[in-house]
Formats: sequence, structure tokens, C-alpha cells
Amino acid sequence: MVHALTLYLLVALPFVAALLIALTAGGSRALHSGLAGAASAGGLVLLAGLAGPVIGGDIPSTSVSWVPQLGLDLTLMVDPLGLMFAGLILGIGLLVVIFAHFYLYKGEATGRFFASLMLFQGAMLGIVVAGNVLLLLVFWELTSLSSFLLIGFWQHKAEGRQGARMALAVTGGGGLALIGGMVLLGVVAGSFDLATILERGAQVQASPLYPAILGLILLGCFTKSAQFPFHFWLPHAMAAPTPVSAYLHSATMVKAGVFLLARLWPVLAGTELYTTIVTSVGLVTMVFAAVVALFRHDLKSILAYSTISQLGLLVMLLGFSLETAVLAAVLHILNHAAFKAALFMAAGIVDHETGTRDIRRLGGLAKAMPVTAAVATLAAASMAGLPPLGGFISKELMLYETPKLALFGLPWLLPVLATIGATFSVGYSLRLAWHLFFGRPRDPEPFARAHDPAPGMWAPSAFLTALAVLLGLVPMLLAAPLVGAATGAVTGGAVPEFDLALWHGVNLALILSMIAVAGGALMLWRHAALLRAWESIAHLDAKRMFEAVLAWADTWLRKFIVATHTPSLQRMLLATFGVIVALIIDGALVGGGTFTGARPGITASAPAIMAWALLIAATAAVVNDARQRFRVLIYISVIGLVVSLAFVRFSAPDLALTQISVEVVTILLLLLALNLLPKAPPILSSTPRKWRDGALAVTGGALVGALAWAMLTRDAESSISAFHLANSKPGGGGTNVVNVILVDFRAFDTLGEIIVLGIAGLAIFALLDTAARGSAGARLAKWEEDMPHSPERHPMMFVMASRIALPLTLTVGIYLFLRGHNQPGGGFIAALVIAIAFLLQYLAAGYDWTDRRRRFGEHQMIAWGVLVAMATGLGSWLFGAPFLTSTFEYFSLPLIGKFELASAMLFDTGVFLTVFGAVMLALAQLSHIAQRAARAYAAKRAAEAGEAP
Amino acid sequence: MTYEFLVASSIGVLVAGGIYLSMRARTFQVVLGLTLFSYAVNLFLFASGRLALNRPPIWDKAVTEYTDPLPQALVLTAIVITFGMTAFVVILALRSFLETGSDHVDGDNVPCDGDDGEAGRGE
Repeated sequence: MVHALTLYLLVALPFVAALLIALTAGGSRALHSGLAGAASAGGLVLLAGLAGPVIGGDIPSTSVSWVPQLGLDLTLMVDPLGLMFAGLILGIGLLVVIFAHFYLYKGEATGRFFASLMLFQGAMLGIVVAGNVLLLLVFWELTSLSSFLLIGFWQHKAEGRQGARMALAVTGGGGLALIGGMVLLGVVAGSFDLATILERGAQVQASPLYPAILGLILLGCFTKSAQFPFHFWLPHAMAAPTPVSAYLHSATMVKAGVFLLARLWPVLAGTELYTTIVTSVGLVTMVFAAVVALFRHDLKSILAYSTISQLGLLVMLLGFSLETAVLAAVLHILNHAAFKAALFMAAGIVDHETGTRDIRRLGGLAKAMPVTAAVATLAAASMAGLPPLGGFISKELMLYETPKLALFGLPWLLPVLATIGATFSVGYSLRLAWHLFFGRPRDPEPFARAHDPAPGMWAPSAFLTALAVLLGLVPMLLAAPLVGAATGAVTGGAVPEFDLALWHGVNLALILSMIAVAGGALMLWRHAALLRAWESIAHLDAKRMFEAVLAWADTWLRKFIVATHTPSLQRMLLATFGVIVALIIDGALVGGGTFTGARPGITASAPAIMAWALLIAATAAVVNDARQRFRVLIYISVIGLVVSLAFVRFSAPDLALTQISVEVVTILLLLLALNLLPKAPPILSSTPRKWRDGALAVTGGALVGALAWAMLTRDAESSISAFHLANSKPGGGGTNVVNVILVDFRAFDTLGEIIVLGIAGLAIFALLDTAARGSAGARLAKWEEDMPHSPERHPMMFVMASRIALPLTLTVGIYLFLRGHNQPGGGFIAALVIAIAFLLQYLAAGYDWTDRRRRFGEHQMIAWGVLVAMATGLGSWLFGAPFLTSTFEYFSLPLIGKFELASAMLFDTGVFLTVFGAVMLALAQLSHIAQRAARAYAAKRAAEAGEAP
Repeated sequence: MTYEFLVASSIGVLVAGGIYLSMRARTFQVVLGLTLFSYAVNLFLFASGRLALNRPPIWDKAVTEYTDPLPQALVLTAIVITFGMTAFVVILALRSFLETGSDHVDGDNVPCDGDDGEAGRGE
């Protein structure tokens, strides 16, 4: 239990810090870095509390079910491997925060920077302590996203934006592959729980899906860890501020791929396929990137390629599928994190203090910045693998392992290539240190500016370098317990016997190491000649290739979309209706059975037949006369009226009331809109097209009508309606079953519906509120009265009648609302009726007069309506009942007598407020626009009339 | 003639009108088509509870036979949502007309009379 809290807190701390920093984005730099530093330090303290038990063999873990249907649990666990990585993430994170506090220039958005940095820290921590592979994927994606934000932190720089996009495309694409691989892995292993999967390695490797799983997961790992041929994003990610490079692109994020390889080692490693692919990819990456690094000139670019090379080394070691090689990898992860982060910070210091990162312009800086020079030279020596530093031990271990594996059946291949890689590593490390700090200054300008920075800036780098030195001098004391335990965690077996020391006697590894050092020194000596040779051969520009591929994909996707997804509504509807018609025909042919069912019909009365004829005629008139838009509105209202009458006839009083009031509102709306729209524009469709659409329409109509006929002449299957009828009064406290369904049985649906309606109202407001600007505004200003109007704008009789009608209609509305639970009525209907009462005022007395007397805000009514409805639903939680459970009670008061209060009534109030607000907002806003256009026109006319005489 | 025939044929006619109008080129005609469609769909949904005379779903001790209340509840909200949808589409059409000067559904440049106040004269 204690552990559970610690684990949750560990992962939550960076996210909380990110949120706090984002909320105080306007605050000072010290506040932002202080919060970030405190979170990192706090995490370290929590982790230190776990370190003892974890190294001792205990694995603290905790699990909460999150989405059990998917197998996604919030499982966290810290094993020695996770402990080591978490330590790196938090420790280097703390140092980077200190460094960044001094590094960032004045006026930069420190809030955004540290918030993104903490977001990344949380995501990265999540990866290493996740105990569920799906959870791991969630955090994995989050690192790609936060890395995108951090690389592109300097948004004004094009290379920052391009680098960020490239990194996201490559690592995000790999992430997609990884999702596929992990899901397959979970399906094959029968669980998404990491601990369970790790135990089922044999089962996974025996599966026919193993090659697919391996391929997809390796894609994810290789893209993230910048392995050849996906390495090209990392050098471009160097457009990020240097603290980000030191943190993400040397010590943590790029190691996520290595981490995942290590994490899944017991499941994936050991097969011929795994060994061949992983070892050769790592080997190629190591040698290739080391060669490139020797010839780069930008300090960060040199470090980026050296990072790629070192990551290749780690991947190669894990690919050996040997426990001792895993040990070398684990040790080298620690070494690399220490010296590489230190070197990045040193590069940042040089950039910060001299204004350039071009190594060809620098040199002899040891005199100007002795502290930085000492720190960086030691770190570079560790990178070169020189004794007595940490890098020497892990490189020796690596070389010692290489003869154990005969890659492609050639026992000499690995040792030779690994030695070549190591030689180039020595070469670029020596060149970095030598050309930067020793010799003569090549360019006097940056040299003149150079000086050591404030201690706060070099201290993190110095601390890391000290670790790199100590890892060489006292490795057994400093690292052995952690390295041993982590190796055990990776291999899932016993820890091999090992002895970390500088001197193991004369053996092959030592000889190879000496060859590498001598070769590297030679390269430094003859660097100018080598550089000329290198520059004389042509190189591929990865960035240009990437952009070309993107442009190619863009072009073809556009062509594909245009070919498959027509931008024409008419053609799209033709296809849709055509398919629906075909489906109905197909269903009728396949289904068989009789057309007319056995249910006896009800003989229609004569008035009903007349109403039916009216509806058919009105529909025909709408279609035939669609160009005469005002006349069409009359036909439409005839149809609406007949439909309302049908509801009355067929025992649906609530529907009839709703339909008739909606009808009024809709016609008003169309009338207002038509005032601004073309009234009778010329016909566009050609005659063949009309015949084609007409044929489709008649077929569709006949089929749907036949469907309705077939349905109506059959008896209904038994439905849940009987339950609603039986429980309406005893369970919902109302006798109007329709209303009880709306506000009680299916209140959740209703809640969704009023939210949709509210959104529609607000969207209409947004569309109209901005219509006064731009080209829409210009066109509104040009509006002219184009239809005959009554000479009297607000006829006296109409105004007077509407004012008398207002209180009457309000009374009816309130009555309908109050009785809604038991008799036809309710929130929907009452809202529409009362809205009509107010709209009548707008219509009769004009927008201005009415708007001045308006005492309510529609926006607030929509918001309050949704809130009241939701609060009613949440209220039931207080009584331990599910969301939206209703209750009711009978009370009696003197004079009034016995009455009922139901919580559903409160919900209905929410419905009322939202519906009323949305309807009023839409219509009032529209009439506002129309009125403004009319006023502008009247003013213009008056001005013209004034000029004429 | 039975009520069932009247309702079924009305649904068919409304659907036919709806299909035809919603495939026209002018936004307002499409709105009309949607309106006809909505009537048809709401009637169809309602009819899935079958037709019954004088049996409103208002519970009473003395009554044992009721019509199906569930389609009614669904259609009630559907009617209100229909209004929301129609209103949104109309305003969208209006804004697009004001913005581009064209009331063609795909924004094509077509002659409209509203722009120059020539309504009703160019027939």
C-alpha cells in the first residue's frame, strides 16, 4: 500500500509540475525552474526510498483496472532496470533543469519550456515504470509528442519546426508500428500484463506471428533510438535548445528504444532472426555514424552522430542474446548517459559564451574557459574509451564479447567491424576535445568573447563528468549492485559472475582497444587529409530525401482523395441515395416473404383522407415550385400541420404539441433567412439531370413507402415498452409515459440531445455574430429591399394583439410545463411555446424595441440548462444511486392540497432552459442581422431622397 | 382506404420529394429537401410503434390498452433536434451566401438575384 502511493506519486509528480508551470506561465523563470527542479528532486527522493528493496530483489508494483475490456490496466512496477532508468531520467532531469535555468536567454517562454520538459519527464518515467504494455504505449506516444514540442521550442526558426516535424513523423510512425507489435504480442501471450508476458517467451517465440511481432516492435525501437536507416531525424532534432538535446537526445528519450529492447529481451531475444537483425542493425549504425561524426563541424551534430553510434553499440550488444553482453550494455547505458549529457552541456556552454558551434572557428579555448575545457575533455576521454575512465571499462567489455558471436557465419566479422567503429569513436572524441580546447584559436572573434560561465551552468556538467571518472576508478563500489540487479532484470535469470575493473590482464579485448586508440590518434593527426577525402565523395542528404518523400506522398494522397472522395455534395448524395436504394432492393429480394402482413388495417375516416390528399398535394407543390421560395414556405407549413394532425389522430398528443410549435419556429426562421437569401434564382439543373434525379427519387420514395407499408401491416415484436408503461407511475412518479421516458428512463439520451441543441444554438450565434465583418459584411451592407413590404413596419393591431397574447401564452407555457409529468406537455413543449410568445414580440414590435426589454441572456440559459440537468443527474450520486436516478415524493400544503415533487422536474427545467435559450438565440440573432441590413438600407434611401431635391 | 396506407404512402411521397430536392444545386432547395426528409423519417420512426386510435400513453387506472410510448419519446426529441439541424443548415447556407455571393451547394459561381436586388424580375 505504501509502495502503491509512492509509485503513483512518482509518475504523477512531473505531470503535476507541468500543470502548475503551465498555469503560472506568466511567472518568473525562478518559479518555473524551481517547480521543475523540486518535482525532479522529489521524484529522486521517492526513488531512493525504493532503491534498497528493489536492488535487494523486491519488485514494488501496484495495479488499478482502467479499461478492463481492452486489457489496459494502470499497472506500475519498479524493477532494477526501471529503477536504473528512472534514476537517469530524474537525476539528469534535475541537472538539466539547473543548466536550463542559466542557459535560456532573457525573455524566452520559460513557462512553456519547463512545462514541456516536465511533460516529457513524466512520459519517460511512465515508460520505464509501466507494468502493462498498453500503458507503456500511451506513455511512448506522449514522449514523441512532448519531444515535438521541445524540438520546435524556438518556433520562429524554420529548422526547429522542420526538425520537430521530422522527429514526430519518424518516431510517431515507428510508434504506430510498435502499437501493432505490442497488440499482437499481447494477443499471442494472452495478456497485456508485462510480468505475465515476460514469463511466456517460449510461447511467443513458438507462435507463427513471432516474425511479425518482432519486426513491428523493432521498427518502433529502431526509429526511437535513431538506428540506421531511421537515424536521420536525430541530427535535425539538434535544432532544439541544448538542454533539450542533453536530456532527450542523449540520455533519455533516444534510449527508450534500447530500454524496450532490454525490457522485452526475455520474450524476443535468443532466436536466429533476432540475433541477426538486431546485431547487424546495431553494428552498421555504430560504424556508419562513427565515421560520419568524425567529419561533422557543428558541435551538436558531432555529438548527435556520436550518440547514434553509441546507441548502435547498445543495440548490437542486446542483439548478441548473451547475458554477459547485456551486462556490458547496461553498464554502457550508465556511462553514456554520464559523459554524453556532460558533453552536450559543455557544447551548450561553448555556444552560449562564444556565439558559435562551428568547430572550424573554435580552438585553444582551454586558455579562455579552463573549467569547461577540463570537464569536457574528461568526458570526451570517457567517450573515447580511454583508461582510467568509465567508458574504457564498458568498451573493453563490448570488445570482449564480440568474438563470441559469428555473425553470418563469419567469426572475424564482429570483432573487426567493432574495432573499426571503436577506432572512429576514439577519432571523433579526440578531435572534438583537441580542436575545441587545444592548439591555436582559428577565429579570433569567438575566442575573444569566450569565458567560463557562472558555476550554476558548469556544475551539472562537472557533476556528470565526475561520475564518469568514478565509474572508471571505483566501478564495483559505485555501479556493481545496480548493474548486476538490472542485468538480472533484463535477462530474467541469475546474474552472471562479473568483475568490473580497469585491468584484466593482457587479452584480446585489450589488444583491440589499444589498436582503436592508436588508430584514433592517427586519425586526429591526419584529420585534414581525411576530411578532404571525405568531402570529395558524394553524400546523400537525408533531409532532402525525407522532404521529397513527404511531397510525393502529399501529391498522391491528394490525387487519391480527389479520385475517391468527390468534393461535390450533389454527386455524393447521388452515390449515397443510389447505394441505399440498392440495399433496400437487395434486402427485399433476399428477404422473401409476403409484402403485406397479417395485421388488420384501420379504416380511415373521410377527413383523414382529405388531409392526406392535402399533404400529397403540398409536397408536390414544394417540389414543383421550389423556386418560388416564399410560396413554398406556405406549402411546408401545410405539410407540418397535417403531420401534427396525424400525431393527434394516432394517440400521440405530446408529439402533436411539439410538432406544431416547432413548425411555427421553423417557418419563422426560414422566413427571416429568406429575407437575406435570393428569392427566386434561375434554375441550374439541366433537364436530363432532373429526369435522372427524379427517377431515383421516385424509386427511393416507392421503396421506403413500401417498407413502411410492410412494417405497418405486421404486428410489432415485443419491446421494452411494456416495462415503461408498467413502471411509469410506480417508478417514475408520472402518468405521462412519454415524458417519464424523456426525463427519467432515458434521461441520459435527453441530456445528450439538449447539449446538441445548445451547441447548434451557439454555433448559429457564432456564424451570425461574425457575419457583419469581411466580405459577408460588405454584402450585407449592400442589401436592398427586394420584396413588397407593408408600408407600416409595425402595424398597430398586430403589436397590440401580440402584447395581450404574451402573458396568455406564458401562462399556457408554464401550465404545459407543470403538468408535463402527468399530462401532455413538459420541458420541450413549454420551451417552444414560450419561445414563440417572445418571438411574436420581435415580429410585431421589431428587434430593437423587444431587445431593449429583454431581461435574460440566451447564452447563460443554455449553459444553466445543461448544468441544471447534469447537476440533477449527479445529485443522485450523493445518495449512492447511479447517474440520473430520479426520485419523487408527495407533499401536502394547506389550501393547495396534495402535490408531488419529482427530481425529474428539475431535470425538465434544465431541458426547458436549454431549448428555450437555443431557439431564442438562433432566431433573435438572425432577426438582429436582418434588422441591421434593413436599417442600413433605409438610411441609404433617406440620404438619396435628401440629395434628390 | 386504411390509415396504414395513408401513412405509408405519405412517407413514400415525402421521401421522394426529399431525395429530389436535396440533390438540387441551390442551398435553399437542399434545406427544403432536408425538411421533407425529416417529416418522413419522424413519421417512419413513429409508425414503428404501429398505429392506434384513442390510446394515448397516459397511464390511467381504468385503461389497459396503450399505444407504444417509446417511439413517441424518440420522435419527440427527434423533432426538436430536427429544428436545431434545420436552423444550423439554413444559417450555414446564409453565411456561405453572404461570404461568397453564391448559393450553390458546392460554392460554384452561379447567377443569384439576391445580390443585386433583382428578385422576381428575371423570370
